[in-house]
Amino acid sequence: MKILTERMEAHRTDSHTLARYRDTGGYESLRKALFEMTPEAVHEEVKASNIRGRGGAGFPTGVKWGFLGKAEPRYLVVNADESEPGTFKDRQLLERDPHQLLEGMIISAYALGVDLAFVYIRGEYPRPARRVQRAVDEAYEAGLLGPDVMGSGFGLDVVVHLGAGAYICGEETALLNSLEGKRGEPRIKPPFPAVEGLYAKPTIVNNVETLSNVPWMIRHGGAAYDAIGPEGSKGTRLFSLSGHVERPGNYEIEMGLTWREFIYDIGGGIPGGREIKTWIPGGASAPWLLPEHLDEPVTIDDAGRLDTMLGSGAVVVMDETTNVVHAALSIVRFFSHESCGQCTPCREGTTWMQRILERILAGEGRQMDLDLLLDISDNISPGLRWPPAMTTICPLGPSAVSPITSIMRHFRDEVEAMIPGVAAGV
Amino acid sequence: MSERVTITVDGEEREVPAGELLIKAAQDTGTYIPRFCWHPRMKPVGMCRMCLVEVEGPRGRQLTTSCTMPVSDGMVVHTESDVVTKAQEGVLEFLLINHPLDCPVCDRGGECPLQDQTMSYGPGESRFVEEKRHFEKPIPISDLVMLDRERCILCARCTRFSEEISGDPLIEFKERGNGTQVLTFPGEPFASYFSGNTVQICPVGALTATPYRFRARPWDLEAVESTCPHCSVGCRISVQASQNQVLRFLGVDNGPTNQSWLCDKGRFGFEYLNSDERLGTPLVRGDDGELHEASWGEALDAAAAALSAVVDAHGADAVAGIGGARSTNEEAYLFGKLLRSRIGTPHLDAQLDDGLDPRFLAGVEPRATIDDLERAAAVLVWAPDLKEELPVLYLRVRRAAQELGAKLVVVHPRATGLDDVAGHVVRYRAGHGADVLRRLAAGEGDLADARAALGEGPVVAIVGRTGLTEDPALAEAVAAFARDLPDAALMPATRRSNVYGALDMGLSPALLPGRASAYDDGARAALAEHWGELPGGAGRDTAGIVDGLRQGVLKAVVLLGADPARDVPDGSGGAALEAAETVVAIDLFRTASVEQADVVLPALGFSEVEGTVTNLEGRVQKVNRLLPGTGQSRAAWEILEDLARRLGGSLGATSAEAIAKEIEAVAPAYGGISWDRLDWGDGREGVVAPAGEGSQPLGFVPVAGDLGTPPDGTTLHLARTLYDHGTVVRRGPSLAKLAPEPALFVHPDDAGPLGVEEGVTAWISGGSGRAELPVRFDRSLAPGTVYLPFNLGVTVGTDPAVTVAAAEGAA
Repeated sequence: MKILTERMEAHRTDSHTLARYRDTGGYESLRKALFEMTPEAVHEEVKASNIRGRGGAGFPTGVKWGFLGKAEPRYLVVNADESEPGTFKDRQLLERDPHQLLEGMIISAYALGVDLAFVYIRGEYPRPARRVQRAVDEAYEAGLLGPDVMGSGFGLDVVVHLGAGAYICGEETALLNSLEGKRGEPRIKPPFPAVEGLYAKPTIVNNVETLSNVPWMIRHGGAAYDAIGPEGSKGTRLFSLSGHVERPGNYEIEMGLTWREFIYDIGGGIPGGREIKTWIPGGASAPWLLPEHLDEPVTIDDAGRLDTMLGSGAVVVMDETTNVVHAALSIVRFFSHESCGQCTPCREGTTWMQRILERILAGEGRQMDLDLLLDISDNISPGLRWPPAMTTICPLGPSAVSPITSIMRHFRDEVEAMIPGVAAGV
Repeated sequence: MSERVTITVDGEEREVPAGELLIKAAQDTGTYIPRFCWHPRMKPVGMCRMCLVEVEGPRGRQLTTSCTMPVSDGMVVHTESDVVTKAQEGVLEFLLINHPLDCPVCDRGGECPLQDQTMSYGPGESRFVEEKRHFEKPIPISDLVMLDRERCILCARCTRFSEEISGDPLIEFKERGNGTQVLTFPGEPFASYFSGNTVQICPVGALTATPYRFRARPWDLEAVESTCPHCSVGCRISVQASQNQVLRFLGVDNGPTNQSWLCDKGRFGFEYLNSDERLGTPLVRGDDGELHEASWGEALDAAAAALSAVVDAHGADAVAGIGGARSTNEEAYLFGKLLRSRIGTPHLDAQLDDGLDPRFLAGVEPRATIDDLERAAAVLVWAPDLKEELPVLYLRVRRAAQELGAKLVVVHPRATGLDDVAGHVVRYRAGHGADVLRRLAAGEGDLADARAALGEGPVVAIVGRTGLTEDPALAEAVAAFARDLPDAALMPATRRSNVYGALDMGLSPALLPGRASAYDDGARAALAEHWGELPGGAGRDTAGIVDGLRQGVLKAVVLLGADPARDVPDGSGGAALEAAETVVAIDLFRTASVEQADVVLPALGFSEVEGTVTNLEGRVQKVNRLLPGTGQSRAAWEILEDLARRLGGSLGATSAEAIAKEIEAVAPAYGGISWDRLDWGDGREGVVAPAGEGSQPLGFVPVAGDLGTPPDGTTLHLARTLYDHGTVVRRGPSLAKLAPEPALFVHPDDAGPLGVEEGVTAWISGGSGRAELPVRFDRSLAPGTVYLPFNLGVTVGTDPAVTVAAAEGAA
């Protein structure tokens, strides 16, 4: 079952053009929504689909829309700041089928009573940004955007905005600050963006993939969408598979298959017939899974049961040759580098953890560093629970804790082996 | 009374105002939650995470920053649980890992929130063994402030202050994450009039003020609470000294006035008190024409003899008195009593021909308080540029417009600091205000929106002369207009120190002590019961006195902390003193006027005497004594009393407090305002006179008079800058270098017609002088008007009509 990638698979050279998009049924859902449905009816279909947001948190989209404040103006913002290490699925949707996103945006804007929408694209995505901008230009020329969409009387303007290279701007409130021209720093919640978002007005922030599903839902009905996939993980999902696998790439799959099926049958298994050691199931922020979990189903709720998450859909596989301390350092260094610096535990804690891991890798670790790493983690994410508690403003700090707890819980002996005295048995 | 709710803090029920931030509600009911970034006068940001507490919710206990959490009924809070303790210890450890711990050489050591809270809430030791973050340290970010980024804990108090409170965001976070640092923008120093506040609110020693660096340890300082002497806002301060030297002023949070903030002139303007140039010995002019040191007895005898000689030869009304605006109310009161009841002259003035009708300043009704700005729906500022002349009032107006949503209308001949938060900015040619007022009142044309903005009350109107060439009658006409706005209150604005107090003490030909009219027979009779017979006849104000001296009608003048030679705006003060037979000066310095005196009596200054002062809203506050003063200097009241004894009898002054008691009895508006009441509890916020037992005989209703016709041709806007060449700034090394160079500001569109260019020298010729100055362009000026900063040593008079042209030889 393909919802998102069918067109781009079938038309590899021109799936991003308006001509091809229309030729394959594009903007018919929009016509249906505008001329046959009320905004409330559109919202009902999205609710009925039971889709959960594809940005990482997995919050039900229809419910989120229901929180939108009544003040005007209201805004719709597409989060295309895809920056989670290992995640590259939205890039494909932006680059290969921008009109699908745009149609989803226009339908959603109609449902939400929005007449100005933004696409916030990470600065490192120049080609996706060009494609989206071209699609927006085409849409204006074709009367699909502007004051009178398709002659319906409904009007929508879309602004494409490029970020300036900060992971944190994928956090929705930091994104809004950045869009407003401020430093990309997360805001304290509440208030949530649906109540006080862009320019302090009610704002819905949705992921690219989430909105790209909307045209299909309107064409086939929310119930049809809800019929795909297991309970709690409805619809298809675009996963980015990378690391030690034979066939890395983006895969649109129905959730509910097992990790073994995904990694071995779809991803082709581990190169050279080596053993799998561990994998990250949902982006760098997610705690790692182990070979014993290979037969667990790939669903949002099953991942939660295993104290991790499907997050942004990035699966990073590590085989038996992997130095887990090095792997953890890569991730911690990333979060330390990307910390906005606003709040103390994240700014100081992530850097401290990075420095300790670097020292261990340099052969200068101390036995006490292991518990110290865990206690620093605990001071960022008290209790080291999942989902994480936090002393920070946003989840970036706790994200850096995931690789620490993963290696300390599952590979502590490997870490200890890198401590000089311990390795020698002293 | 706002709604109250019940919350439970650590098992104890508390009643607190609904919606208040938890950190404040807890503190006000006895539980201090540690914090760094939260400041009660700024918006919460929840950044430092030190104030984490556990709040019970539907999903169990949640760690929450108490500075961002408003209280709600039934809220259950834990501030000392194991989870909270661990979180707080964790945050402190994080803050300290990159902090240099150089407390022994840090100015903040001993009064440092980081140090204090580490002792109270910290983990005791650090487990950090890596190398700390390094920055060049310290770096100057302005002439007054040094920044040490290693000590900085990135709480953003300073950056938020500059953005949120003072409106000059010249410092900002740069970089991110572990590399985050506070910095200025390239090529732009932190040249804010309010930069010292960031030093005071910095919770570590990252920001230090150059005038105080390495001067003292906090535990060596003696301190006393007082009232800033620099302008008529009357900010509450703590005066701190060591070894008989004032070392710093700190702002004290006085809700009704300064809300803890100070301007840099106020904060750093104390240095003149420690100046080597302070007078320490009485001086008497000898036969050789020079001033020579004398004993107090010799000097007082000489002063009394000279004044008596004038009285005997020409009558008491040949003597005049100027000054008192830099004195305490008690000193000012005694000065008036000496002049009117012992010498017997009606000629006296605390203003220097640079203010407004004294009855307007002292007795306008209805009169606004500064705190009325908190509730104002609209604010009209047709007054001096508040940022330059009344800086902390500027902060309060800024807050009203920016944070509290008041509609702000600013009318001025050039850009003011408030323009960016004003809904309506009206520019006009200096000298052409009458027409603007007529059109504003009528809501004509482009002023319709501004007029509409003033249509909803309460309206606070801050009214004064925008500059020294402006007709005082215009301000009165503006007040007359503003008075009829909905629910309006008026704040007459003039800047000099305790000028409102001096006028309230009757230092004006038109006023008697306690806001009574000098032309009111009843008030005269009531005062005569205390003072004896009062002189009849019309008194002269400063302009009249200067005129009288120059014409030889007046023969002698007593100066109390006044420098007419420099400060009378048309420049005629020096000639007047030259013409006088006798000049007796009571002062701290050898000012231009003192140089012309026959007898000089050195007085104690601020923080060396005790007394009261009155600010521009009529608020009476205490100033207190901390230091002995310089040399043989004596309190002005003692000098006046001793002079009186030589001139016809004691004034009955035995102490400043005894004078205050007499004021309470004699001055109707000051009834019931005793020192006791001002020293303790709510009284430390001062008392707006009249209060309680007091009454105000004079109710001044401004009326629009004839404003004449505007001058043709180029007009002059003559106004002060915060830093100038006045006594206070010039004698303090830190501020002296901040006074701008004199220049003539011209709108670029006027440059062609006037034949001048930016940078070239032009001459300007006015009512009483001509000067050559470099030209600078100022696009914010109303075309047709040139601007000349006052008190930078250049005088061309106060006539609005001027002539400007390129100087000879200017290219």
